[in-house]
Amino acid sequence: MIETFKQNRLFAFYTALVVLLVVVAIFAPQLAPQDPYDGNMRNVLQPPSEEHFLGTDKLGRDTFSRIICGTQTSLFMTICVVMLLAVVGGAVGVASGYFGGKVEIILMRIADMMLAFPGVVLAIAIAGILGGSVVNTILALLAVGWAKYARLVRSLVIKLRNNDYIIAAQVNGTRTVNILWRHVLPNILPMIVITGAMDIGTMMMEIAGLSFLGFGAQPPTPEWGLMLNEGRQYIQTAPWLMIYPGVAIFVVVAIFNLWGDALRDVLDPRNE
Amino acid sequence: MKRILNRLMQMLVTLLGVSFITFCLAYLAPGDPVAMLLESADTIVSQEVLEKTRAELGLDKPFLVQYGNWLAGAVQGDLGMSYSAKKPVVEKLSEGFVGTLLLAFVTIIFVLIISLPLGIWSAVKQNQLPDYVVRFFAFIGVSMPSFWLGLILLYIFGLKLGWFPIASSTVTAKGIVLPAITLAIYQSTKYVRQVRTVILDELHQDYVIGARARGLSESAILWKHVLPNAILPLITLLGMSIGWLLGGVAVIEIVFSWPGIGNMAVRAIMMRDYPLIEGFVLWIAVAYMLINFLVDLSYAWLDPKLRRGEQSD
Repeated sequence: MIETFKQNRLFAFYTALVVLLVVVAIFAPQLAPQDPYDGNMRNVLQPPSEEHFLGTDKLGRDTFSRIICGTQTSLFMTICVVMLLAVVGGAVGVASGYFGGKVEIILMRIADMMLAFPGVVLAIAIAGILGGSVVNTILALLAVGWAKYARLVRSLVIKLRNNDYIIAAQVNGTRTVNILWRHVLPNILPMIVITGAMDIGTMMMEIAGLSFLGFGAQPPTPEWGLMLNEGRQYIQTAPWLMIYPGVAIFVVVAIFNLWGDALRDVLDPRNE
Repeated sequence: MKRILNRLMQMLVTLLGVSFITFCLAYLAPGDPVAMLLESADTIVSQEVLEKTRAELGLDKPFLVQYGNWLAGAVQGDLGMSYSAKKPVVEKLSEGFVGTLLLAFVTIIFVLIISLPLGIWSAVKQNQLPDYVVRFFAFIGVSMPSFWLGLILLYIFGLKLGWFPIASSTVTAKGIVLPAITLAIYQSTKYVRQVRTVILDELHQDYVIGARARGLSESAILWKHVLPNAILPLITLLGMSIGWLLGGVAVIEIVFSWPGIGNMAVRAIMMRDYPLIEGFVLWIAVAYMLINFLVDLSYAWLDPKLRRGEQSD
């Protein structure tokens, strides 16, 4: 692990930034100078000042504190989505790739259907119809995104399935669960991790987009997309409300994109 | 011919599946559309009236019957009535479609103007300063939420400079510029990278080395040999983004209050106008797959190898 960091200084640097983000997310309530929910109607729509570093919103809440706490909301939702995508997509992919047969045909037909369709639109429809909430946003993105992972994992498993060591294990009478766990999973994990890591930025933006439309996190949750939506109405009088949450999204997404690219370079055996 | 039929069959299955999913969602969703519909005018409606309207709209029937009825209508081009607008869904969709189509068209032109020269330039000057600069900006763009970019442009060019209207509830020439540029920048950050990759792939082909050996100038190689070969993959990529744009880019349409299909869909979702949502999703599926299908057909037409292959079948 330390060797890897020494050889890939850039990767080490980006990982440090990601760790920093995670720390900020975990300790957000402690780090925020003020309570992100606590409004003060005498302090409404104040421009950035010494007391309120990035100004205040329509309820007099401190924008900076809300952005810090938004890290927690965004990171939590994104990590949930990506993990679930990897687990659900991975399970479907392994099931159809390893066992084949009717299961494969049906699952892959459904996956093709999902891929033949612009996902964002369906995500909006699902999140919107189910009603905006953190859980429904995660469900919507999961419902739309799993097919890509299932396709990827299936193709990897099919390549593995006919390897001698798998066949040997089968002939030995190794339990299928063990084959999948000990022989298949370790081989496909790097690709799943790479894909997941590279999707973090995209997912984060889609979550923010859904919240921006009002189909994601609901007020008063501190969430960047939602803050942009609320700030949009004050574009004339309080532009800081629509500038800084966007900067936060941009910086965090950029860090994760750079980290994902670097991680791919480190993990992908094709680069060696 | 058989391949085309197969594709059409697959498209039909997808349409069925997608419409079924939306229908299920609408059926399972919380919130009563009938109550929403009738109580919108701040009046309290009796249970009796609710039941009567529900029966009129066919919402009291079992789920599969409702879906079957809807499907039978859809095949004949009737997608039902929009609850909120009290107009046929097809009419509402075509109203929004004009805006979205125009926006998509202008955006694509901007995308081509921005990304083709930059992508080619970046590929030709691989690992030199222009390449780094283009890739840097492409990276920035990829990490930037499109709706935020839209808000910033709106703030600078709409509010501060006053060059463009900040909201355009009707289709106007001035109103289309900002949303189209926002979308074009967003799409270009992806397209530039893809153009660069495609051109680089071609530049590493043997025929380029051969042409260089024959003493052709670099610009002749680029214009006469590389670009014609790169057209096919570029068209595929462009086709995908057209499909995406026709899907109505709801977020951007909302930011600029552009009267497009995405804007309409978001409002339909908020008002629980299920027939309109179902019509919208169906429309997107059709548009997206049709574009992809046309792209595939254009392959056969543009690629001499495939053209001959088709005839010999």
